[in-house]
Amino acid sequence: MFRFEKYTIIFSFTGLLVLLSACSPQSGALVDDPFERMNRGTHEFNKGLDRDILSPISKGYGNFVPDSVEDIVSNFSSNLSLPGKVVNNVLQLDMPAAVTNTTRFVINSTLGLAGLFDPSDSIGLVGLDADFGQTLQRWGAEEGVYIEIPFFGPSNVRDGIGLIVGMVLLDPASYVLKAPVATYRAGSNVGAILQNRHTYGDQIDEVLYESADSYAQARLVYLQNRRFKLKDSTRDAYIDPYDEFE
Amino acid sequence: MLILTPMTSLNEFKILRRGFLAGMLTTALVGPAYALDNVTATKLVDEVVFEINQVINSGASEAKLIKAFEGIFAKYADVNIISRSALGPRARTASALELNKFSFAFRSYIARKYGRRFKEFVGSVIIVKNTTNRGKFFEVGAMVQTPSSAPFEVTFRVSDRSGKQLFFDIIIEGISLLSSERVEIGALLDARNGHIGRLTQDLSDLS
Repeated sequence: MFRFEKYTIIFSFTGLLVLLSACSPQSGALVDDPFERMNRGTHEFNKGLDRDILSPISKGYGNFVPDSVEDIVSNFSSNLSLPGKVVNNVLQLDMPAAVTNTTRFVINSTLGLAGLFDPSDSIGLVGLDADFGQTLQRWGAEEGVYIEIPFFGPSNVRDGIGLIVGMVLLDPASYVLKAPVATYRAGSNVGAILQNRHTYGDQIDEVLYESADSYAQARLVYLQNRRFKLKDSTRDAYIDPYDEFE
Repeated sequence: MLILTPMTSLNEFKILRRGFLAGMLTTALVGPAYALDNVTATKLVDEVVFEINQVINSGASEAKLIKAFEGIFAKYADVNIISRSALGPRARTASALELNKFSFAFRSYIARKYGRRFKEFVGSVIIVKNTTNRGKFFEVGAMVQTPSSAPFEVTFRVSDRSGKQLFFDIIIEGISLLSSERVEIGALLDARNGHIGRLTQDLSDLS
């Protein structure tokens, strides 16, 4: 029953995103945002969530919980995300990364006491990010139009689909973990989000609360940073200021 | 150096001479310009990075950091073109005086905005990595190694199309200062109905 609901959510959400991408106009532009009005509404909703809930709680969490405890919580969360990354490494046929992430998972789950510590990091075995949006890109999927997703923030059609599919379908840990551990994991995920919000507090505040148009600024920061991370040079749409005046 | 052999035809000589004269003229106009290449682009960023490394590890107060950053920005960045580009299409219809005043206000606004962030980088070291020829400009990549968090990438874009070798964009983990300021200044300008004079005045209160 639960599984059925899971799929219904994925299919309806994916359907919506495919519908959005079908209306997508040209590609190659810096910002492709035909649904700006709708997105701005979502942005205000997300910004309200941050202002009223995420930001204040993250301040409390960051200021009152010792850093070492925060790290343990985030390590636990991050370790359980590794199998999902390995799945994507394999789907991208990136075997070296798959080996690195698997080795990390084995070391941290054992020597790192079920992932509470990250001994792999200290021996130079640094985690390699991978997600299903990236996999879709490696398979040749275009970014699609910009969308801001409720609760999740800035995204685009491809990475929005990647986010949902990755979370619900391609996360081995969620299939394996049973009652108490699954709950600990959910809690540690929240902890990791709070720690992140606190660590990058100044940068996030600057975009959301100190810029003249937080929607446009968040959109730019997301798109440029995402393309950088995916090494998407086909969408290198930086400004050449001399061209404009020549 | 130009060396003529008896084999050189008159035509070739004329072309060579024309090029040589044009070169002399350019030199006279913009000072001793060396052609921008991998080496000179890297050298420029080396100097910028050297000065930034000194500033962030000098233990100076925030006010001094901002002042020092403004100096570096004025010396090595093409502030004119960055500020004009930040204004967007509105720059085309602006007067030279308006643009000049705006450019000056923009320089110190940038210094305050980004100089303040320098205190986060105390103890960091920037290391220049590689230079790529991108056709109309050069891209110089560097890594910032911080004591507390993971290293991150900074890229400087360098051009000599102003007549001087200057950087015109700093890209941090993919995020371009030029693009970001164009969004910001564009929004501020819209809020003032495209009035550059009012924006210039207000910019001194913003950071």
